[in-house]
Amino acid sequence: MIERQGAAAPCQPLHVSPGRRAWRRFRKNRAAILSAWYLAALLLAVVAWPFALRISGGTFARLHDPDRLSNAQFAPPGAQHWFGTDVHGRDVFSRVLFGAQISLLVGVVGTLVSLVIGVAWGTVAGYVGGRVDGFLMRIVDVLYSLPTIIFVIVLLTTLGEALKQTRFVEHSPALAGGLQVILLFVGLGAVSWLTMARIVRGQVLSLRTRAFVEASRALGGRPAWILARHIVPNIFGVVITYLALTMPAIILYESFLSYLGLGVQPPMASWGTLIAEGVAQINPLRIYWWLIVFPGGILVATLLALNFLGDGLRDAWDVKSK
Amino acid sequence: MYFVRRLIFAIPLLLVISALAFALVHLAPGGPFDRERAPASPEIERNLRAAYHLDEPVWKQYLRYLDGLARGDFGPSLKYRSHTVNDIIAQGLPVSMLLGALAFGFAMGVGLPVGFFTAARRGRWEDFAGSFFAILAVCIPGFVLAPLLILVFAIKWRLLPVALWGGPEHMILPAVSLGLYYAGKVARLMREGMLSAIQSEFITAARAKGLAEAALLFKHAVRLAVLPVVSFSGPMLADMLTGSFVIENIFQIPGIGVFLVNGALNRDYTVVVGLSLLYAMLLVGLNLIVDFAYTLLDPRVKYE
Repeated sequence: MIERQGAAAPCQPLHVSPGRRAWRRFRKNRAAILSAWYLAALLLAVVAWPFALRISGGTFARLHDPDRLSNAQFAPPGAQHWFGTDVHGRDVFSRVLFGAQISLLVGVVGTLVSLVIGVAWGTVAGYVGGRVDGFLMRIVDVLYSLPTIIFVIVLLTTLGEALKQTRFVEHSPALAGGLQVILLFVGLGAVSWLTMARIVRGQVLSLRTRAFVEASRALGGRPAWILARHIVPNIFGVVITYLALTMPAIILYESFLSYLGLGVQPPMASWGTLIAEGVAQINPLRIYWWLIVFPGGILVATLLALNFLGDGLRDAWDVKSK
Repeated sequence: MYFVRRLIFAIPLLLVISALAFALVHLAPGGPFDRERAPASPEIERNLRAAYHLDEPVWKQYLRYLDGLARGDFGPSLKYRSHTVNDIIAQGLPVSMLLGALAFGFAMGVGLPVGFFTAARRGRWEDFAGSFFAILAVCIPGFVLAPLLILVFAIKWRLLPVALWGGPEHMILPAVSLGLYYAGKVARLMREGMLSAIQSEFITAARAKGLAEAALLFKHAVRLAVLPVVSFSGPMLADMLTGSFVIENIFQIPGIGVFLVNGALNRDYTVVVGLSLLYAMLLVGLNLIVDFAYTLLDPRVKYE
C-alpha cells in the first residue's frame, strides 16, 4: 500500500531510506530473487531433513541414514535413492544434505570472522588515518602478497597436528573433528578479510570528511559515538554486498581443502569430501556419474546463487567495486 | 626508480614469509621421522636428527637455512632422502609452469573474445548467453569440472587419456579444467572494461568524428578495456601455479603441487618452507612484471 502511494507521488522517493531504495531495486532483479529463493529452500532442506528422518522413522529413515552401510552398492538414482548410493551403499541424497551442514556452516562462520576483522581493521585505518592507517594498510599489502591457500594449508596442518596431541582431544575423536572445523573457520576467515578491510577503509575515508560527520564532531561527538552512529550504518550496504561475495569464495576454499584431505576429516562429510569420494570411484569400466554430478551440482548451484545474490546486492546498493 | 624500490622492498617481505613458514612448521609437534617404522635404535634416530641439524635450536636452524638460501640451496628433503628441495623444484616446476601457461592461454583465448563480444552486443541475447557462461565458469571448481571431463571425454568417448603427463593429448583436459574458472573471470573483467571504455569521452569524440563502429571497438576501446585484465593476470598466473594442486592430484601430473601437499601431510619442513617461498617469489615477481607492463600499455600511469 505504502509503496503504491510512493510510486504515485513523484516527490515521495526523496524521503525513502537508502535501505528501502536498495530493496526496491533488488526486487526487480529476477536472477537475484531466484537465487535467494534457492538458498532459502536449500537451507530449509538442510535443517529439516534430519528432523524428517527422525520423525518418519522405520525403513525410510534406515534407507536414508547417511552413515548406515548397506548392500545396495552403487545403486543408480531411482525412486528409493533419489541421488543413488555410494561404494558403501549409503544414500547420496542424505549425504549431500548432511554434508551441506558443514559446508554452509564453514561458509557462514568464516564469512563472519572475515567481517569482524575486515570491518574493524578498515574502520580504524580509515578513521584514525595518518601513521596508523599507513601501518595497518602496509600489513594488508604484505598479507596480500602471500599465497593465500598455501598459508591456510600450512596453518591447518601445523595447528591441527598441535591440537591433535593435546590430552583432551586424544580421548574424544568427535572433539578432534570439531576442532578441525573450528580451525577451518579461523584459517579461512583469517585470509579472507583483506579486501573487506580495503573497501571499508576507502568508504570511511570519504565519509569522514562529509558534513554530517563534521557536524557531529563539532557538537562534541566522541570518535566511538561517531563511528557507531554515523560511519558504520553508512557502510552497511557495501559490507552486505561484499559479504555475499566472500561467502562463495570461502565455501569454495573449504571444499577445495576438504577435497585434498586437509579440511574436514571423516566420518564428517562436506561437499568437498563427497566429491573426492566420487572421484576415487572413477574407473574405466563403470561410470558412477551420480557420485560426482549431484554433490558437484549442488555445490555449483549454491556458488552460482550466492554470486547472483552478491551481484544483485551490489547493483541495488549501487556500490562501486573500486 | 619505483621498480627498484619495489624490488628492494621484496627482500624483507620474503624474509618475513620464510620466517613465518619456518616457525609455523617447526612449532607443531611431531617430527618428520615419526611415521617411519620404529627405528632400529635410538642412536640411529639421534644420528638422523643430527645429520639434518634438527637437534639445534630453531633460530639456529633458520639461520643455517637462510645461509643456504643465499647460496641458492633450498636444503635437503627430509622425506625423499635422495632428493634435495632443489631437485624437487627442478623436476616439478617446469611441469607446473607448462600446465599453468597452457591454462593461461586457454583463459585468455576464451575469456577475452567472450568479454569483448558480450560488451559489443550489450543487452541482446548474445550478451546474456555469454555473461551466463562467464558466471557459470566462475562457479565450477576445477575438482568438479575435471572428473566430469574425464568421465565424458576419456571414459565414455575414449577420445583423450584419463590421466598422466606426456604428449599434447595429455595436456588438454588438465589445461581446460584449470583454465575455465579464469576464462570466466577474464570475460567478466573484459566486459566491464569494455563497457566503461565505450562510455568514456574520447570514444564519444571519435564516434562524433564519424569513425566506424568496428574501428572504434577494435582499435580504441580495446586498449583501455584490456587494462583490468592485465593487472589481474599477475595474481592469476600465480594462482594457477598454486591452485593446480587439485588438478595435478586428479590427473596424476608430477608437478610441484603434489610435493607441497605431501610435504604438508608428511611434515617435510624444508619442502614446505622452500615451496612456499618459491610461490611467494613467483607472486611478487609476477606482480612486478605486470605493473611494469601496465606502464607500457597505459602511459598515463606513473608510479612515483
